[in-house]
Amino acid sequence: MSLQINEVTKKFGEFTAVNQLDLTIPEKEMFGFLGGNGAGKTTTFRMILGLLDPTEGEVTWDGRKIDYTTSSLIGYLPEERGLYPKLKVRDQIVYLARLRGMNKRDALKELEYWLDRFMVPEYIDKRVEELSKGNQQKIQLIASMIHKPELLILDEPFSGLDPVNVEILKKAVIDLRDNGTTIVFSSHRMEHVEEMCEHLCIMHKGTPVVAGKLKDIKRSFGKKNVSIKADFDLSFLDTYAGVTKVKNTMEGKILQVTGEDVAENMIRDLVPKGFVRKFELEEPSLTDIFIEKVGAVYE
Amino acid sequence: MNKFWIVLSHTYLSKLKTKSFIISTIIMMALILVLSNMSKLIDAFDGDDKQKVAIIDQTEGGFFEPYKNAAKGVNEDLSIVSAKSEAEARKLVSSDQIAGYLLIEKDDRLGFKGTYKAKQISDSAISNDLLLALTQLKSQITANELKLTDQQIAQLNTPPDFETIALQKNAKTEEDLNQARGLVYVLLFVIYFGVLMYATMIAMEVATEKTSRVMEILISSVPPVTQMFAKIMGVALLSLTQMVLFFGVGYLSIKQNLTNMDEGFFSFFGFGNMNISTIIYAIIFALLGYLLYATLAACLGSVVSKIEDVQQMISPMTMLVVIAFLIAMFGLGNPSASYITITSFIPFFTPMIMFLRVGMLNVPVWEIALSIAVMITTIVLLGILGAKIYRGGVLMYGSSKSLKSIKNALQLSKKK
Repeated sequence: MSLQINEVTKKFGEFTAVNQLDLTIPEKEMFGFLGGNGAGKTTTFRMILGLLDPTEGEVTWDGRKIDYTTSSLIGYLPEERGLYPKLKVRDQIVYLARLRGMNKRDALKELEYWLDRFMVPEYIDKRVEELSKGNQQKIQLIASMIHKPELLILDEPFSGLDPVNVEILKKAVIDLRDNGTTIVFSSHRMEHVEEMCEHLCIMHKGTPVVAGKLKDIKRSFGKKNVSIKADFDLSFLDTYAGVTKVKNTMEGKILQVTGEDVAENMIRDLVPKGFVRKFELEEPSLTDIFIEKVGAVYE
Repeated sequence: MNKFWIVLSHTYLSKLKTKSFIISTIIMMALILVLSNMSKLIDAFDGDDKQKVAIIDQTEGGFFEPYKNAAKGVNEDLSIVSAKSEAEARKLVSSDQIAGYLLIEKDDRLGFKGTYKAKQISDSAISNDLLLALTQLKSQITANELKLTDQQIAQLNTPPDFETIALQKNAKTEEDLNQARGLVYVLLFVIYFGVLMYATMIAMEVATEKTSRVMEILISSVPPVTQMFAKIMGVALLSLTQMVLFFGVGYLSIKQNLTNMDEGFFSFFGFGNMNISTIIYAIIFALLGYLLYATLAACLGSVVSKIEDVQQMISPMTMLVVIAFLIAMFGLGNPSASYITITSFIPFFTPMIMFLRVGMLNVPVWEIALSIAVMITTIVLLGILGAKIYRGGVLMYGSSKSLKSIKNALQLSKKK
């Protein structure tokens, strides 16, 4: 039941949007897609959904190509949000759910459940254009998952939401995963991917630069962060052997080092010099990996 | 197939429920009611509006009474009064008691002449009636002077017998043609407005879904071809609903007016056997024309990214419809012209021009069949091409320059 992306390449004329993407996304898991603008995430999603045909390679779900006969198993939240502005939430969701193979009664029941859960039951008879952007997003998310899909594709699901709503939606998505839905999602927010995904893939200009289990990626990245606070001058550490990056904070430094052995040597050198308030060896954050691999600063 | 019906019923019901649709339907129905009761309304406003005209007879020939009688014969609503002088008549005109006055003077060469003076001479009906009465009076007087008998006068006034007969078997008679012309004229208008209005509606519908970005969800759950044709059929159903309402109101209202007419509704419009077939052809050609233009409109609508660009994008299509309509209008006077025959086989013109020929002439069945076959082929081809453009077009955002966008859309939907 896994999603297989086999050696997929997509070209638009001369331009290669996705190059030799080869991924296996295990079932009942959340898979993170990271990448800057124009990295090929949306094109990949459109190929997974069968909206675009790959120039080379193929995408299969459960061994079958995804097409309109399987559309009731798939849910999709596009990056560009869109609903009928003039339609009431009820008509809208029921229509979209019916197109995904639900009947009217079940669709209404599910809609009421989700609106209650998102604490906006009064929206059922409102037109979409009357809702705020964040609330439209809730409705859109409901539309993509109301039919309990086996595979759910979320393109930037949490962008433009306040922290409270992010938590509510995140909880809903995690529950869905725990109930057996395979979820592929892209995000600009590294901490969301770090928090929710076991597997991930970082794309850069159409090519996957890192792919695999989050833990393995972090381990194989090798570099670690050392966070230090001390009562004496730490500037000698800027040129310390094995330090690749230095970031000064109010009371100390955060150093990127090539491995644990560097940290070990470092603390030995620090202790004789005075009182060390904090010395912490941290796993690299996904942001560190992303910046390192993609080579661009990313918000 | 199931999804086809879901999209179709959604398109139909959601459009049916919009305020703009309900309001425009009500306005149209009111307009039809007004038009079909036009004669009653005119009567109601003109009830006591008898036209009064003063006669100033300066010939001293005692023309007033005979003229009054002659005028009565021409138009009963015209009431004739006598006036002594022009000054008096002028006073009556300025106080709006009479519409105008007719000055009858002696003329050496022609016997007498008339001059009609009124505040405004825009109402030519009065002066025409006055002239007619004066002409009758004059021929009467001349006949008297020549001492002609009544029989001779009658003979003088009777025009010769003149008949036009078509030599071709079952060609339409002159009378039929005149009837047909009226019906074809009205139905051409219906086809023209129907095709234009509902095809534009399709383009708007597609463009709205695209600009509101709901399209990406739709297209991931329903195949674009299904979606496109379901939408086209949904709007077709909507148009039929509207047409049934319009014709229903028109029918009832005219029937109401004709209760004391023996012949009834159908013969009033000249709906004989021939005309029933004309109406059936009108329906066939209107539907085919709608399908053709709606498919085109759906493609064009799918490549725009902003709703404001829709009008610009479909303007070439609108031009086609207008050209077809103009050719058909010119062709009404001479439906057997060769340019009409040729254009009636060009698929984008067929709906109106072949219909014109069918309505006015006796077109061989094979020609009708051929033109319909050409149209259906075009619709199918356009449908296949359209589905491709639609599929790529709905995923495409950016500037919308017609030809380039269509090319890009085709490229996007390419298999490899």
